[in-house]
Amino acid sequence: MSIERCCGNNKTMSGHFFLIAEKSKLYFTFQDQAEQFFRSGHTNNWAVLVCTSRFWFNYRHVANTLSVYRSVKRLGIPDSHIVLMLADDMACNPRNPKPATVFSHKNMELNVYGDDVEVDYRSYEVTVENFLRVLTGRIPPSTPRSKRLLSDDRSNILIYMTGHGGNGFLKFQDSEEITNVELADAFEQMWQKRRYNELLFIIDTCQGASMYERFYSPNIMALASSQVGEDSLSHQPDLEIGVHLMDRYTFYVLEFLEEIHPASQTNMNDLFQVCPKSLCVSTPGHRTDLFQRDPQNVLITDFFGSVRKVEITTGALALDRDVAALESKFPEEELATEPLKYAEQLPVAQIIHQKPKQKDWHPPGGFILGLWALIIMVFFKTYGIKHMKHVF
Amino acid sequence: MSLCSAPRPGRALRQRLSGLARPCPAAHPPAMGLLSDPQCRRALARLLLRLNTPLCVLSYLAGLTWFLLLPALAPRTYLSENAMGSTMVGEGSDLGPRALALARDFGAHKRKVGGMPVEWLEQTMFQLGLEVHRQPFSRTLPFPDEAHERYLVRGTNVFGVLRAPRAASTEALLLLVPGSEGSKNNQAVGLLLALAGYCRGQVYWAKDLIFLVTEHDLLGTQAWLEAYHDVNLTGIHSGGVPGRAGAIQAALALELSSDVLTSVDVAVEGLNGQVPNLDLLTLFHSFCLKSGLLCTFQGKLPPPEGPSGPGYAQSLRTMGLMVLGQAGGGPGGAHGLFLRFRIEALTLRGINSFRQHKFHLGALGRTLEGMFRKLNNLLERLHQSYFLYLLPSLSRFVSIGSYMPALGLLLLVLALRALDLWMRLSRSDEGEGDPPPEEARGGLLWLLPPILVSGGAGAALYLLPVRGQAVATQHFPVGEAEAVVLALIGIYVAGMALPHSTHRALSGGGQRGWMTLKLLALLALALLLTCLALLNFSLGFLLGATLVPPAAAVRPGGSRLPLAVLLVLTTPGLSLFLAVLLERELLEAPAGLGEAWQRFLGALGQGLLQEHLHGAHLSPLLCLGAYPCWLLLWNVLFWK
Repeated sequence: MSIERCCGNNKTMSGHFFLIAEKSKLYFTFQDQAEQFFRSGHTNNWAVLVCTSRFWFNYRHVANTLSVYRSVKRLGIPDSHIVLMLADDMACNPRNPKPATVFSHKNMELNVYGDDVEVDYRSYEVTVENFLRVLTGRIPPSTPRSKRLLSDDRSNILIYMTGHGGNGFLKFQDSEEITNVELADAFEQMWQKRRYNELLFIIDTCQGASMYERFYSPNIMALASSQVGEDSLSHQPDLEIGVHLMDRYTFYVLEFLEEIHPASQTNMNDLFQVCPKSLCVSTPGHRTDLFQRDPQNVLITDFFGSVRKVEITTGALALDRDVAALESKFPEEELATEPLKYAEQLPVAQIIHQKPKQKDWHPPGGFILGLWALIIMVFFKTYGIKHMKHVF
Repeated sequence: MSLCSAPRPGRALRQRLSGLARPCPAAHPPAMGLLSDPQCRRALARLLLRLNTPLCVLSYLAGLTWFLLLPALAPRTYLSENAMGSTMVGEGSDLGPRALALARDFGAHKRKVGGMPVEWLEQTMFQLGLEVHRQPFSRTLPFPDEAHERYLVRGTNVFGVLRAPRAASTEALLLLVPGSEGSKNNQAVGLLLALAGYCRGQVYWAKDLIFLVTEHDLLGTQAWLEAYHDVNLTGIHSGGVPGRAGAIQAALALELSSDVLTSVDVAVEGLNGQVPNLDLLTLFHSFCLKSGLLCTFQGKLPPPEGPSGPGYAQSLRTMGLMVLGQAGGGPGGAHGLFLRFRIEALTLRGINSFRQHKFHLGALGRTLEGMFRKLNNLLERLHQSYFLYLLPSLSRFVSIGSYMPALGLLLLVLALRALDLWMRLSRSDEGEGDPPPEEARGGLLWLLPPILVSGGAGAALYLLPVRGQAVATQHFPVGEAEAVVLALIGIYVAGMALPHSTHRALSGGGQRGWMTLKLLALLALALLLTCLALLNFSLGFLLGATLVPPAAAVRPGGSRLPLAVLLVLTTPGLSLFLAVLLERELLEAPAGLGEAWQRFLGALGQGLLQEHLHGAHLSPLLCLGAYPCWLLLWNVLFWK
């Protein structure tokens, strides 16, 4: 865990801050923040964003996924840490009257396609198998880094899915579906392989709550757009583009996320309040019983943003509740001190220093020498040693 | 099993069983089937024999009632196709003035050239930015078409392709205007050109758009369709289609001859009673509701909602017209020819009546634009909704599952009668039964002449009028078209005299003879109607409704006159005449007998022409199927 701290030796600002820091209330606030600073035990962030629907009339699902992509990228997760799966290419669909755009708001207010979108799995690559392989890391060695989820036991992972679903399943591309049991088992595998520290699962689909009800692995928080038996509804019908641009739940989540900045102190409880039934028509659900921390203490940026442990303080903070006390909160840390044996996720060395592949079998050197000896022996036997005198 | 293997029951038991239909003894092992048990079977047979006539009457009436109830029980139509249902379009065009200007231009050039202004059309389409092609064709009709006054037909189709800007040319949509003589459909051509110009400016097309103007309406359409698909079904000579777009997913045909319109009539029934996928019609209907355009079906306004008397009558009339149109088997417009090529198509007819409220062409243009844009969103062929349905109005439909039982009940009558005859014949083998029919002399051999004669009469009816028109015109002072129709009627009537001749050649086989013959006739008729039920329900139902009662009732001996009258009234030829009368009645424009006769003659000629020009199946079906069956029944009636 690398922590940078810039303690306040800033001469120009010190007088100003000194006045404020005197007040005890603020002092505690600083202490709170400092505590929070250690609270989330993750060192890196990952996001897996999945749209499982094809076809033009499912424009909104692509826009949903791209809007989450836009938010996490804006909040600091780099493309290398985002696995984006889009089952169809709406920006280049010939039916799109505005080529190379995907809008989330009516009247072309917000183009979530943006300037650079790095799609890692596209069209027919978006399958249940590929999705599960990405999650569990069971991927062929030839897979490029951008298509891998290279997380470890200190990673916070955001998994966002959208598409058409039903009670207990989410449909992938009209041809297959993933069930809630399969998904729960995949998360358990991830946990056992130490592929995450905490996991936030969000799904926007009909009867979305059915997808998280089978989860049983620790440290998972889950949100869904609708309860079992409810449909998830679309939003933002646009006559010019000719389709619904977004689903209601993700639309309001996007509006919520647009207000977040990397230093926001907004917590998960605020996210749970997004899109009440009056706006969503469906009833969004969430599940926190598997999660260790109180959602109130979990920042939105713990999942949607990247780790940036940079904090400017003006004075030396008295971390009187010593490190031992803090560390007692994280029993995993003690585990981590033991020598761990990680599964080699990307065997780079092995790939680079591979021995050249053996060619076809060829006779060993000794055999060839022997053969020549035989030939020479036959030669001398035939022509006799007497001819040798011409040679010598 | 002991009962099954037991010797035949004694005379006492048989007498006890005969004459009363008792429920089977409850002691039977459950595994034994009802029909495999001889006692039960006998009892059932008794029951069927005794109650045959009431059952037949009941079944026939139930069939008719079922059919009449269909409009009252029809559910609402709904759009099944996701790609069209969950998307929306905003129509932005105002094509009215431009369409009118182009229509006037087209009309002027048409008058100047004295036919289709091919050069002008090509030039205009080229200027609009389309890829323009022409396709010449020629066709010699089997005999002159009096309704359209044509015999040697030569024409040119012009079409422009608007390539989808960002998609491969694998699929296409088509807008068609069947060009006609005079100033008919000029406005339709204007609207087509204006729409083409508008569509050229849009970037969202995922399918190619084909804008086609054909000459000689349906002949040109048929020629173009065959050339586009590179087949030759009807022996037309055509120059081939030089430019191709993708597989055509849907087509709209437009007929419009006025500058303003009061309503739009939509035609669905196509060649041989095929109808397009219901989604296409629902799409049109939804645009009617959206744009406030007054849309009619079969020229009928939508019936008032709710279970009311007038509403039901209106629905029934509309459905009756559709059934008659479908049974006729002709293409109900240029769209009818597309259905054979598995292209879903509709014809929209602009009507300008005396109504106060008029619409501009722009309103229809917006509807067309919207429909094309929705069809553009299709990802597969239209397949989600019904392909077999009847419509009591634009907003309600009767699916195949609802209407099939009506014909099934009619067919049950034939099956019951056939079973009855079969059991009576087989019982006479066992030597029991009330009147033992005398044994036939020549086995089944004497069944051959009536069957051969009936079949031969049918074949002659089918072949001779068209083949023999040259001979007829040489010997009689009539034109070719008249000769064909009159020969048709002549052979038809002459066929009715044949039974007497056959009996002179080989006098009959007595009671068994006519029973066997009637059994054969019933089976043939049932087979024909069963096949028709699947191919063209309307035709099957009309034939069933007319032919089943005489087929069930006919028998030689007794008072022949009422039966003969019934048979003559229900002969397919006379049914056709009555259908013409009924159609005028349903259109609320009743025709007198004279006018009806003229229409009937016209329908005969058109029926024959449609078989040769488009491959309609009505005339071969009637000549080779229904007519011989009816002749067999006629034979039974005059059996000696």
